[in-house]
Amino acid sequence: MQTIIYILPELFLSIVIMFLLMIGVFIKKSFKLVNLLTVLSLLFAIVLVLNQPDEIVKIFNESYIIDQLSIYMKVLTLLFCFFVLLSSKDYIQNNNIDKIEYPIIILASTLGMLIMISSNDLIIFYLGLELQSLCLYILASFKRNDERSTESGLKYFVLSALASGLLLYGCSFIYGFTGSTNFEIISANLNDANTGAVFGIVFIIVGLAFKVSAVPFHMWTPDVYEGSPTSVTSFFALVPKIAAISVFIRFMYVPFVNVINQWQTIIIFLSIASMILGAVAAIGQSNIKRLMAYSSIGHMGYALAGIATGTNSGIQSTIIYLTIYLVMNLGAFGCIFMMKRENIFYENINDLSGLSKNHPMLALSFLIILFSLAGIPPLAGFFAKFYIFMAVIEMKMYTLAIIGLVTTVVSAFYYLRVIKIIYFDKPKKPFEENYDWGLKISLIISSILILIYFIYPSILVDTISSILIY
Amino acid sequence: MNFPILSAITFIPLIGALFISITRGEQKIVLKSSKYVAIFSSLANFFLSIFLWFSFDASTSEFQFIEKRDWIKGFINFHLGIDGISMLFILLTTFIAPICIFSGINSIKFKIKEFLIAILIMETLMLGVFCSLDLVIFYLFFEGGLIPMFLIIGIWGGAKRVYSAFKFFLFTLLGSVLMLIAIISIYWIAGTTDVIELLDLNIPQEYQYLLWLAFFSSFAVKLPMWPFHTWLPDAHVEAPTAGSVILAAILLKMAGYGFMRFSLGLFPVASDYFTPLIFVLSIIAIIYTSLVALMQDDMKKLIAYSSVAHMGFVTIGIFSLTKQGLEGSIIQMLSHGLISAALFLCVGVVYDRMHSRMISSYGGLANTMPKYAFVFMIFTLAALGLPGTSGFVGEFLVLVGAFQINIFVAILASLGVILSAAYMLWLYKRVIFGKMASSDIKEMTDINKTEIYIFASLVFLILFFGIYPEPLFNTIDISVSNLIDNYQTDLNFYLTKANN
Repeated sequence: MQTIIYILPELFLSIVIMFLLMIGVFIKKSFKLVNLLTVLSLLFAIVLVLNQPDEIVKIFNESYIIDQLSIYMKVLTLLFCFFVLLSSKDYIQNNNIDKIEYPIIILASTLGMLIMISSNDLIIFYLGLELQSLCLYILASFKRNDERSTESGLKYFVLSALASGLLLYGCSFIYGFTGSTNFEIISANLNDANTGAVFGIVFIIVGLAFKVSAVPFHMWTPDVYEGSPTSVTSFFALVPKIAAISVFIRFMYVPFVNVINQWQTIIIFLSIASMILGAVAAIGQSNIKRLMAYSSIGHMGYALAGIATGTNSGIQSTIIYLTIYLVMNLGAFGCIFMMKRENIFYENINDLSGLSKNHPMLALSFLIILFSLAGIPPLAGFFAKFYIFMAVIEMKMYTLAIIGLVTTVVSAFYYLRVIKIIYFDKPKKPFEENYDWGLKISLIISSILILIYFIYPSILVDTISSILIY
Repeated sequence: MNFPILSAITFIPLIGALFISITRGEQKIVLKSSKYVAIFSSLANFFLSIFLWFSFDASTSEFQFIEKRDWIKGFINFHLGIDGISMLFILLTTFIAPICIFSGINSIKFKIKEFLIAILIMETLMLGVFCSLDLVIFYLFFEGGLIPMFLIIGIWGGAKRVYSAFKFFLFTLLGSVLMLIAIISIYWIAGTTDVIELLDLNIPQEYQYLLWLAFFSSFAVKLPMWPFHTWLPDAHVEAPTAGSVILAAILLKMAGYGFMRFSLGLFPVASDYFTPLIFVLSIIAIIYTSLVALMQDDMKKLIAYSSVAHMGFVTIGIFSLTKQGLEGSIIQMLSHGLISAALFLCVGVVYDRMHSRMISSYGGLANTMPKYAFVFMIFTLAALGLPGTSGFVGEFLVLVGAFQINIFVAILASLGVILSAAYMLWLYKRVIFGKMASSDIKEMTDINKTEIYIFASLVFLILFFGIYPEPLFNTIDISVSNLIDNYQTDLNFYLTKANN
């Protein structure tokens, strides 16, 4: 009975999911109610997570762990899930995807993520991963009358299933060569001489790289981002990344910590490849969702650079990077949700032309967000990169640092291109201004956070400095 | 004195910008009030910096008005402080900013409110560069300037503004990211990014060369030195008048300041090692860009290229590492700040009336705009370094400094003086004298009241510091001597270490 307390948030979410399904069955046209209850239950789940004890607890035969990392990541997951739902409500209702399943599936995938984040065992991890992924496939094809949405769902399903297969294959290697599925026991039994297990590590990294969409396992990202309904895209760009990065960190630093020589080069390669592709491939894009897809690939490259360092400060920098990335992307998608005219949502970058004339405030927050994504000081995006490069240069990985910073310059180009279209080009027909209050709030919060982060940057560092993995 | 005067000077423009950005109401009233707020905050800042100058103690080389606060705990402090060198640059900045605001109000036709906000934010960032005593803070201010400048060029610029804005942004960013790597490396080598502490510490010799090059890449682009100058003519030409003024008068000076404060102060061995490189690049800059300037048919482009040449003098002066050379290059930077600002304003005046920057579309302006012809003459003569103007003092001292070090450098640099006379006088002749190029010129009105005030203040300062530069020397004298002393002792320290 004692252990139940520690999985209270997960239990609560599962009960809410079942309860909401019941409501959906018995009450007709209940999307609004279900959506509201989902949002509220996410908030309540945050409270539950925050109430968890401060010590490190391992339950269920040490297969489930509650520590600083998992608490922080869970709060992040729930919080951004909350904001995504809040900001996309208007879009959902206008695109006829306001079915009760929508919030429920999001909730279910969030539950999967919480399990992933807390897992301390290969099997639990895989359970969480699959729960999450299955929900994501459905979400991608949620607009089922739309060809592109169905296509993206199918594409995502096929590729992701392949990646999961590889991951599972790797897990079986690990189990075979170390004799356990528990992370700590794996860690104790792993060393550089254990070639079979090292094979397994490679497969697991491939699977994880797919989930964070690192190059060369990124192929699905642009298509899925473009094809899915924008509300789902914004969910994809934010929430699953948290769980994926968190699992990445835990895998590299708990079970595989002793074989850092084996995986470090792989991560460095993934990181460099993602940074370069994210910077170069985005230049020619005309669809803003595709652009955001490549931009998120690039950003994941920077986040992986922090993991590649193999130090505590590296992990912390990755977590800081992830946090700031989430805030920026929340804002960016908030702006995309506002590109609406007569209930049609526009996705082409050229539709933003002359936005500054018709919507000065929206243009200003887009400007702040884009400069921040490009990493220009004194905006928050700069600090994110700054911490990453602090950690990278500490380990004297100069090549990684120089490539990373040069790709910032290249990627600045396409962010500038969007700014150019917003500010320097001729205005088009104005968009509608009857924004939903939830959308407004999340956009305002994110742009203000980005703008004033420099005044007191310690606040995030202090919170994260308590997260120590080893 | 506990009043944080440096923070006040740095952030007053930002507060002004905030005020402007939150004013709401009827269009006309908002516009009027934002103009007043901008003028008031920039002028208040100017007087505050004059006050700062009077309370500045020129008899010590220590940093003064120090402010130190926790910023990122145990890692970076928000550390401000000034010495004689930064003092003068602060004065220059606070003097140029109101001029830009007046000129902007006078000539910008749309989005004036946003323009004023951009200029004020720019002022804050530029002042921050000169006040900061921490490398990370310095970088923050140094880089932050890209955003408002990009917008100033891109929104209010000329026909090819997008291309120029992109070029400006990407060039500078590329240079600066390498400096960021260097700053972070310094933190891991020396354990701090605090400038005062770093000046006392000696960074190991083997790191210095690469670090120096990384800083050089940033400053060389910003200054700009040949061959990294190609963004400058484009940016200058397309920027609105006020933008060109800020670029030429202050932005370029940040790099010169950076060379003095960081390259010389932190990496003496590398500076010594790379001095020939600097001399070669500067000589090429002086002669080559002067020749290029001679061939321009666009007035703004001509002045932009002449800026590159003048900055060549500055780098020669800095790396001559003689007292005359360094003081000369500081004075040269200040006077170039005033003169280039004045020249760009002059071009702006005729551009507002004729909407052409081409030299060929003018001629015979002396007939219709006598007052304009008069002030333009003073600025032209100052630009070519006529004795009695501030341009002479700087160039002369730089050449004196260069003669002590390397006679060839000095001789080649002197060629630049002749060339500058050639292109400036020829420009003046073609624009002001001769036949009127078109009937439009007959209808051109002479400079109006605002313009007269702006030009009068610039003429006054250029002549005043040309005839009596003593106050400037008093301010920088001790600081410069101290800089050279430190440099020499550090260099000797490394040399003896190398010999052992």
